[in-house]
Amino acid sequence: MLLAGRCLKKMLKLENVSKVYKVGTFGGKELHAVSNVSFDIEDGEVVSLIGESGSGKSTIGKMILRLISISSGAISFNGIDISNLKGGALKEYYRSVQGVFQDPFSSYNPIFKADRVFRIIREEFFPEITASEWNDKVERSLRAVGLNPGDVLDKFPHQLSGGQLQRFLIARALLLDIQFLVADEIISMLDASTRIDVLNLLADLKSRGLSILFITHDLSLGYYISERALMLYRGCVVEMGATEKLYDNPLHPYTRMLMASVPRLDKKWEEVELELKAEQAEVTSGCVYFERCSEAEKSESCEGHRPPLIEAESDHFVACSCYAEGG
Amino acid sequence: MTKPKKKSEMLYFALRNNKLRVGLTIILFFLVLTFVGPMLTHYDPYDYVNPNGAQPPSSEYWFGTTMFGQDVFTQFVHGLKASFLVGIVGGGLGTLLGMLVGFIAGYRGGMVDEVLNTLTNIVLVIPTLAVLLIIVAYLEVRGVFIESVFIGCTAWPWAARAIRAQTFSLRSRDFVDLARLSGMKPWKILFTEIAPNMMSYLLLVFILQFGGAILIAATLDFIGLGPTNAVSLGLMMNNAVLWGALLLGVWWWFVPPGVAITAIVGALYVTNVGLDEVFNPKLREM
Amino acid sequence: MSLQVENLTVYYQTLRGDVRALESATFTVADGEIMGLAGESGCGKTTLGHSLIRLTPPMRFVEGSVTLDNEELPVWDMGRMNDFRFKKISIIPQYAMNAMNPTRKIGKMTSELLESRKVSFKTTLPELKRRLDLVKLSHDVLNMYPIELSGGMKQRMVMVLSALLDPSLLIADEITSALDVSSQKAVAEMLVEFRDREFVKSVIVITHDISILYQIADSIMIMYAGQLAEKAFTEVIIHAPRHPYTKLLISSLPKVGVKYSEKRLTGIPGNPPLLLDPPIGCRFRDRCPLAFDKCVEVPPFIEIEKDHFVACWKVFEENAQA
Repeated sequence: MLLAGRCLKKMLKLENVSKVYKVGTFGGKELHAVSNVSFDIEDGEVVSLIGESGSGKSTIGKMILRLISISSGAISFNGIDISNLKGGALKEYYRSVQGVFQDPFSSYNPIFKADRVFRIIREEFFPEITASEWNDKVERSLRAVGLNPGDVLDKFPHQLSGGQLQRFLIARALLLDIQFLVADEIISMLDASTRIDVLNLLADLKSRGLSILFITHDLSLGYYISERALMLYRGCVVEMGATEKLYDNPLHPYTRMLMASVPRLDKKWEEVELELKAEQAEVTSGCVYFERCSEAEKSESCEGHRPPLIEAESDHFVACSCYAEGG
Repeated sequence: MTKPKKKSEMLYFALRNNKLRVGLTIILFFLVLTFVGPMLTHYDPYDYVNPNGAQPPSSEYWFGTTMFGQDVFTQFVHGLKASFLVGIVGGGLGTLLGMLVGFIAGYRGGMVDEVLNTLTNIVLVIPTLAVLLIIVAYLEVRGVFIESVFIGCTAWPWAARAIRAQTFSLRSRDFVDLARLSGMKPWKILFTEIAPNMMSYLLLVFILQFGGAILIAATLDFIGLGPTNAVSLGLMMNNAVLWGALLLGVWWWFVPPGVAITAIVGALYVTNVGLDEVFNPKLREM
Repeated sequence: MSLQVENLTVYYQTLRGDVRALESATFTVADGEIMGLAGESGCGKTTLGHSLIRLTPPMRFVEGSVTLDNEELPVWDMGRMNDFRFKKISIIPQYAMNAMNPTRKIGKMTSELLESRKVSFKTTLPELKRRLDLVKLSHDVLNMYPIELSGGMKQRMVMVLSALLDPSLLIADEITSALDVSSQKAVAEMLVEFRDREFVKSVIVITHDISILYQIADSIMIMYAGQLAEKAFTEVIIHAPRHPYTKLLISSLPKVGVKYSEKRLTGIPGNPPLLLDPPIGCRFRDRCPLAFDKCVEVPPFIEIEKDHFVACWKVFEENAQA
């Protein structure tokens, strides 16, 4: 499906996607893990999805990968709605979209050797391929991620390091010639000195045309690798736009709080008074950040009204009533 | 730090685990007796061989004879065979049914899980004795095989529960997600990713089902709901009590079968604990 | 000098032999100093932290001495250490906030803890309340169950408990890892408050997150594969490190303001050595771009300039020439 008249294709598009879980006894209460999230990712672009635990970022990643069903809204890939794909069509989708997760050791079945994940891909997607063709393909993939085939093939997961395992998984995704990768906190469990190597690998792959959704809680990683970023709080997008604009001029109170509280190596913490509150209840209407927002930055209208994303400047959107009013 | 390959590490511990060694030896002993025993005796279990009635163990009748002059040893070795059969068929059937229900409920979740849970609870709660009495009343001839099938069909609920819980927890692991992302069908995922991970657990379930089936069969036989025309350890004990062996001091009639059941089931449980230690490194005595 | 550690060597006993997790550690922590202990996984920082207070099997004390406030700590003797634990030296273990008994109210747990140390709960209660105020926890917390508190609140509660008897040395093992960003800041700053108000004299903060240390630590000690690599004031470690490992480590950390397209960072190729049979001499030499033949000897951890310790032959060589 060609989108005529545009130079950049919108590869992945989320429109008002929500995920609601039924919790409590007899499923009486509802938990809104993700609420009306909309954004898109273009060809060859890296977008960071930044949020803390409970923000819904992993849920969005899993919905894109169709590991979790979508409660409402639509996700389309290259123009095709993938929200309800099944069977053969879903498998076709997986030829173009794959994911890598946070815990390298949990991603492998511990009783089998690590390269079994390659064998599974071969059985499912390349049943007719000859052995020598397959071996070539595997070798090319491994070298593309910076691994030496002799070091990593025919080994058990516990014999490899976390960094090697994550790269192995990226190699697995590359075997399929994917267009889009969901990277869900893929380096947070790695050692500091290996993190940057995997991150650089992602950036290299991007320059070769791969689009990536980079899910993380670490602001500096988002800044390093992505052109655009989204800030997620409790299932809602509170701010989004070009990474530099977001970081240099954070507009939403949550983004500002995050920027001020994240420990950085280039400057010390500011004297920001943070009030720490206990766990919050579910917020179904009204601004989702209202409880934690500092007095100076909110007004009464925030409690009842959930603000939409508005364009503050070119490629910089924020969802804050006070900003909209104050200007 | 690299660990030695899992298989040889487990074998290392398996061979050194005392509980495993003792348990397996006892079971093996009885198993061998099952095969070898009938060759050592040329009587039939219910033949009236001793005109003198009940006689204590002697060189001719190793376990003595019953009130009716039947050779206890012959009855014993044939009874062992029946017990092992019940264990394998009954225990095996129970494990298979438990796996079927447990895997499906644990993997699918949602509505399917609810329905299967209700089914499990119903079967758990059914008074099996009452049902068996009704069945017994309708069947004229009952064999060991029918008894095993019945035991298997009523003993699976707890296995299903346990397997469901394990499946549930394994299903949320990342490697299952990765298998789904590879386009694998659910059945394939269950049998190639999840079940192999639970191998040790499934083995333990089978062992417990095996032992449980023998016990249940012995109980059923003891109260007369067992096979009509076979010989089993429980039946021996039933007859012994029926004909006053306790009062008359004919201990050689009921002590061997009683000891055998206790020993086999006990050995199975001890093997179970030993295997648990082998599979779970944290339990090993370092 | 608050804490003096000399030649501390601790191995882990396993079926396959001894894992040499900590090799000849010699360093001091001054009164009032917050020292960060950083390194990657397997470097020995947790082993070091735990061996100072609770050396249990499979850890095995090999040699060394630990002195706190001029008194020797019998770290090899679990029984005798009981007199020091909680009173002179205390630890906030990793995952402590998840280790609180869920069936006990927090106040009850606290009183049981104190009674087990033969300290009266009643007499400590007023001070406990003052500390709760300091960490911005309401006194009601004592009547709640752990499940009613958020992660940050539980961590602060554990911090208050660990420091309740005013220990000379407090060891904080990865206390910020499992928290979200705002709680991390609060907890880290609270640690500094404790030191400023002299609830504790010195603190050792064990973490893999060097940026937190930049915010709160006075000095940082970097470890690699069971050996001490470098110790210096925070600014020096971050901006002017001397040990090759430290340099490579610091330069591999992404910072806000650095983009891949502008400046590509590099990591350290290779993997840390297995400690079951570690290489002789400096354990970093296989991955070190500056390694030379002297490195097969273990470099001593010596002071190359005031309050700056390094264990690296190349650095000694450079210094000698300068």
